[in-house]
Amino acid sequence: MPQPLLRFDGVICRFGEVIPVGSGFGGVSCDIAAGSFVALVGASGSGKSTLLKTVNTLVEPTEGRVLFGGEDVSTLKPARLRRRVGYVFQGIGLFPHFSVAENIAIGPRLAGERLPPERIAELLALVELDPGYATRMPDELSGGQRQRVGVARALAGGPELLIMDEPFGALDPVTRDALGRKVRELHERLGLTTVMVTHDMAEALLLADRVLVMDKGELVADETPRTLLAGAGGAVAQRLASVPREQAERLAALEGFGEARS
Amino acid sequence: MGTIWDILPGLGDKLSAHVVLSASAIGLAILIALPLAVWAGRSPIVSRLALSLASLVQTIPALALLALFFPLLLSLRAVFGEGLPTLGFLPALMALTLYALLPILRNAVTAQANLDEGVLEAADGVGMTKWQKLVLVEAPLSAPFIMAGIRTASVWTIGAATLATTIGQPSLGDPILAGLQTQNWALVLAGCLASAGLALAADNLLWVIEVGLARRKKSMAYGGVLVVVLGILAALWGQGSDSDERRIVIAAKSFSEQYILAQLIGARLEAAGYEVEYRDGLGSAVVHGAVANSSVDISVDYSGTIWTNYLKRSDNPGREAMYTTIRDWEAQTNGVTVLGRLGFENAYAFAMRQDRASELGVASLTDLAAVAPRLTIGGDPEFFERPEWIAVRDVYGLGFRKSRNFAPTFMYNALTSGEADVISAYTSDGRIAADRLVVLADPEGALPSYDALLMLSPRISKDAGVVATLQPLIGAISVEAMREANYAVDREDASKLTPKQAAEGLAEKVGLKK
Repeated sequence: MPQPLLRFDGVICRFGEVIPVGSGFGGVSCDIAAGSFVALVGASGSGKSTLLKTVNTLVEPTEGRVLFGGEDVSTLKPARLRRRVGYVFQGIGLFPHFSVAENIAIGPRLAGERLPPERIAELLALVELDPGYATRMPDELSGGQRQRVGVARALAGGPELLIMDEPFGALDPVTRDALGRKVRELHERLGLTTVMVTHDMAEALLLADRVLVMDKGELVADETPRTLLAGAGGAVAQRLASVPREQAERLAALEGFGEARS
Repeated sequence: MGTIWDILPGLGDKLSAHVVLSASAIGLAILIALPLAVWAGRSPIVSRLALSLASLVQTIPALALLALFFPLLLSLRAVFGEGLPTLGFLPALMALTLYALLPILRNAVTAQANLDEGVLEAADGVGMTKWQKLVLVEAPLSAPFIMAGIRTASVWTIGAATLATTIGQPSLGDPILAGLQTQNWALVLAGCLASAGLALAADNLLWVIEVGLARRKKSMAYGGVLVVVLGILAALWGQGSDSDERRIVIAAKSFSEQYILAQLIGARLEAAGYEVEYRDGLGSAVVHGAVANSSVDISVDYSGTIWTNYLKRSDNPGREAMYTTIRDWEAQTNGVTVLGRLGFENAYAFAMRQDRASELGVASLTDLAAVAPRLTIGGDPEFFERPEWIAVRDVYGLGFRKSRNFAPTFMYNALTSGEADVISAYTSDGRIAADRLVVLADPEGALPSYDALLMLSPRISKDAGVVATLQPLIGAISVEAMREANYAVDREDASKLTPKQAAEGLAEKVGLKK
């Protein structure tokens, strides 16, 4: 196996008495290969978001290192690092005083580069928005459209790595599904490496090709969707996987019942 | 007497001074408040401390805050040298700046605290440095709220700046205070109208900027800023016409007699070819120190005031001994020249309505003590704190049912309307004769004498020409002449005169007119 794009090496994050990441012996260690789509799943407070944020140094580990392309992220300039790492999160955080185009172009602008209108249109097209949206202000958009702009903004710098923290958490189920598929498609088309934090196991199973499960600050499972569904990964992972599995079974039963009645 | 519309056009230079003072104070407050707010946004301790201090300042009445800077700057002269001004623009600027801090600071801190978490996270996520985050995100998103704070601060400051008059800074408070003291309501109204108009104009202009910022309409915001800048430039230009050469500054405390005497002295000096400038409406405590440090050059003070307040004496050695002691003390301690006595006394006295006095059988302070527990006494705001009052109270054992404060010129109205039974009056006051009041005798000699003294600052007393010009005033003004002039200014009928007119009449009456 070639050098991994991302490596967590004994990462421990401590905030006073609280240890959200790396509470067990030796901290969290894990490699993520280039081109993979990894879902980081866990209950609230399991430390998954904190771990994710060590990648773009929004959180600095107390101990251990995060290597990106072999380099310790703490030695990289944050502004340069964050251009190479697209970040999408639940809060979306479009700048309300910037137009859609200005929001998308902000990363390159900070690096002293002006994005031409064609590139903005291209990025909007990637997330299936009409080029006419470029001049709109964020408060004129729906929630789904805003997160599409959020994704376009994360892609504007041509990142190698896309990290997403509950990216679709605030969206309605239909939008959520559509945008999830879109991101997966972009992941393939642009040859990205993607790490997505979610508490929704169904989303993780359907989008990712590798599922990491976190519990109380520790990585407790590292499986493919297929092996997870087949019962691997241990108790915590199985408890999380049982929810969509049972829901699917109940829906199937409901459907069968409906057919039987008609 | 002139109507408001005649007075308003003449207020141009006061308006300029007012605008420059207010704008400087607000500008300085912005410069202090914004970095402080940024710091407060990053440290809860700083936030709490800064906001508490700014709120504390608000609890101090603006008048007191302005006055407090005089002794403060005086003590700072030990560090910065004698050149540090203690009156006028500098203390006014400092006090008003402190006053303007709170609304700007509070709005800026609140705006920062209420910024959307998601937006701040996004700013970090796209790789902004702290500085870029402040300039590109936090500042523009907070701007409309900060602007609202600046608006509030501006209205407060323009209002409070009228009080800068009391510490010798020209402002629109000059006509208000002068009008109040001489009961010239047109003057009061003109000053109020001008400052209210200014406050409204500033408020609306800043509102345009605020809306421009909130709706992200750059033309609106920039247009508003442009008009504000033009207004301040115009005011600066209006002020700039003042010559740099120092004129002779004549001080007046805030009552009619002082205004008249200042005009009398000023007119004499002008006739002799000097350029003069008036600082009207100064606080009594401010004047004495201001002459000593040559912030003002000429004042009329009273022997009893200096005796009790500055020599801290409570004995009463008699009129002559008091005068010579004060003259020597001023020369040695402060370098102030007491040129001489003008001739009349403006002593404290207790006055009653004739009918009331005879009804109660009161002719002296001894008689008054017997009936005092049934009566209300009125005094000017400082009177009940003065050692003279304490001395009289203790010597005669005076205990009143109630004591009330009135501005000096309103005390007589209070007496005639029956709101007070007895007032602390002044012997040179024209109203005593005009209202046919009874002045109560002081058989124990508890009240010191109050000879009007002509005081010259160390700076001006070296000028032999000035001394020679003022010398004829010594001993020239009788208490009757002074009373007449005071009454002419205080009366409220068609014969009411301005202090300037009254000063001309006084000069003629006492034979000083050439």
